[in-house]
Amino acid sequence: MNESDLLEELTIKDLLDKYPYSKEFFNINGLPIDDVKISIRDYINSLGYVFLEDMGLNQEDLLKRFRSFMDRMKAIREEPAFNIRDITILGGRNKSEKPEEIDLKICIGEIICIVGPTGSGKSRLLADIEWMAQRDTPTRRQILINGSVPPRDWRFSVEHKLVAQLSQNMNFVMDVSVGEFITLHAQSRLIDNSEIKTQEIVFHANQLSGERFDMNTPLTSLSGGQSRALMVADTAFLSTSPIVLIDEIENAGINRKKALELLIGQNKIVLIATHDPLLALMGNKRIVVKNGGIKKVINTTSNEKKGLLRLTEIDNILMKYRESLRNGQLLEIGDELLC
Amino acid sequence: MKLITVSGPPSSGKTSVIIKSIGELKDRHLKIGVLKFDCLVTDDDNLYAAQNIDSRVGLSGSMCPDHFFVSNIDDCLNWAIGQSYDILISESAGLCNRCSPHIKGCTAVCVIDNLMGINTPKKIGPMLKMADIVVITKGDIVSQAEREIFALKIRQANPDGIILHVNGLTGQGAGELATLIETATEIETLVGKELRISMPSALCSYCLGETVIGLNKQMGNVRKMKLD
Repeated sequence: MNESDLLEELTIKDLLDKYPYSKEFFNINGLPIDDVKISIRDYINSLGYVFLEDMGLNQEDLLKRFRSFMDRMKAIREEPAFNIRDITILGGRNKSEKPEEIDLKICIGEIICIVGPTGSGKSRLLADIEWMAQRDTPTRRQILINGSVPPRDWRFSVEHKLVAQLSQNMNFVMDVSVGEFITLHAQSRLIDNSEIKTQEIVFHANQLSGERFDMNTPLTSLSGGQSRALMVADTAFLSTSPIVLIDEIENAGINRKKALELLIGQNKIVLIATHDPLLALMGNKRIVVKNGGIKKVINTTSNEKKGLLRLTEIDNILMKYRESLRNGQLLEIGDELLC
Repeated sequence: MKLITVSGPPSSGKTSVIIKSIGELKDRHLKIGVLKFDCLVTDDDNLYAAQNIDSRVGLSGSMCPDHFFVSNIDDCLNWAIGQSYDILISESAGLCNRCSPHIKGCTAVCVIDNLMGINTPKKIGPMLKMADIVVITKGDIVSQAEREIFALKIRQANPDGIILHVNGLTGQGAGELATLIETATEIETLVGKELRISMPSALCSYCLGETVIGLNKQMGNVRKMKLD
């Protein structure tokens, strides 16, 4: 007897007590619970023809769906979604069928920039990573996880999404408060101690953004900077995806250095598609994409790292002026930039 | 011949997803035809024509759209066989959420977008819950967290389906959808095949053109709300 057989023999009460998330099965399928003392199998068998017909259901399919639901949710709850140390990109070929001479290993905690003009193949590279390409995409690249071929079913599994994305165009659309929103996200991961997570995320988001907000702030009233800050903090602490792709977050009104540190600190690999020198130099390496292929990989030089300090100074000065503008002051532009 | 039924709420991005996937399928030298089922008017045939995609339009007008679909789809398949297509894609909107054009033994796709709100997977019936592949669109404009929450809700509503994110504008994910379509089961005829779930029924005086309100005008299959 396998486990799903056992589950459908449980009474609804026992099921709900033992697996609180099973409540959602009834909710999402529009199934009213009247008598919690009967077994799931008896419950499904007791549903009348007219009711099932109204809901577009049938008993056989519903029982099958119940078993799949319980299997899936158990997997999401119990499996550590990913245990990733590194990913490897093995070269394929570019648009002119020229082979890419590349064998790039990226480890947890690394920041890698992707540079290249529009249409050069940045998105395709990211799509190859996201899809865990196995020489079966137009580029013929192969992606390895921890040095080996990842299980094929990860491609379609919600809980094994390799890449989380953050971009300038993204907005919050849910009509809830910040606190409710994070709780929803934590619940969607079937995490129990969502309260602690929520506080942690709001705390860190406030560290990234200049303007404070709290649990009760409506999600959709957050400013651009606050939204970006919350997205970064939430992705760092609640997203299962080990790779975070940041796309063109240039003037997002958040402390970008701290944002990257936060993500790295939560064992993420950060990929940034950017042409902002300040962001690009924060990376350890940059992948140069051209004509649909990886042309080369540049290691950030010590000279460039020194230059980053200078760029940071300039950026700080601009931040200072931005703050002055926000506070309604006159700008006194000195010669800080010239020296 | 492979028949793919694509359904989804209005404006969820069905046409864009189909066009992007066909682009990928054409690169693989496959011949594809599209059927667009709609109610009143559609301009989608022009969109398909602009991409050099053969399409035919079926407008249900005053008929129930899914009943119209099911009484035409076998003729459509014969037409597609005559045109020697490799793949026939049928696109239809599930207008009442209880409808579903999905057929047993034919790959069923449901397109749904991230902007619809987290209660939408609950509200959409068999069109989503019985689909083989659920395509989520508009992921580029909502936050990562909302994408994850939405995907889980869909997973709960359809625990066995393949969930795929496709960007209808850039085509990201369309190659993967094309691969799934390419491996769909071949069929030779629809005669005798079954819908995955019965369609909503109605056979009452209003089906036949009655417009006057009142008890003495309500005849046939009439059902009353419980108000107290």
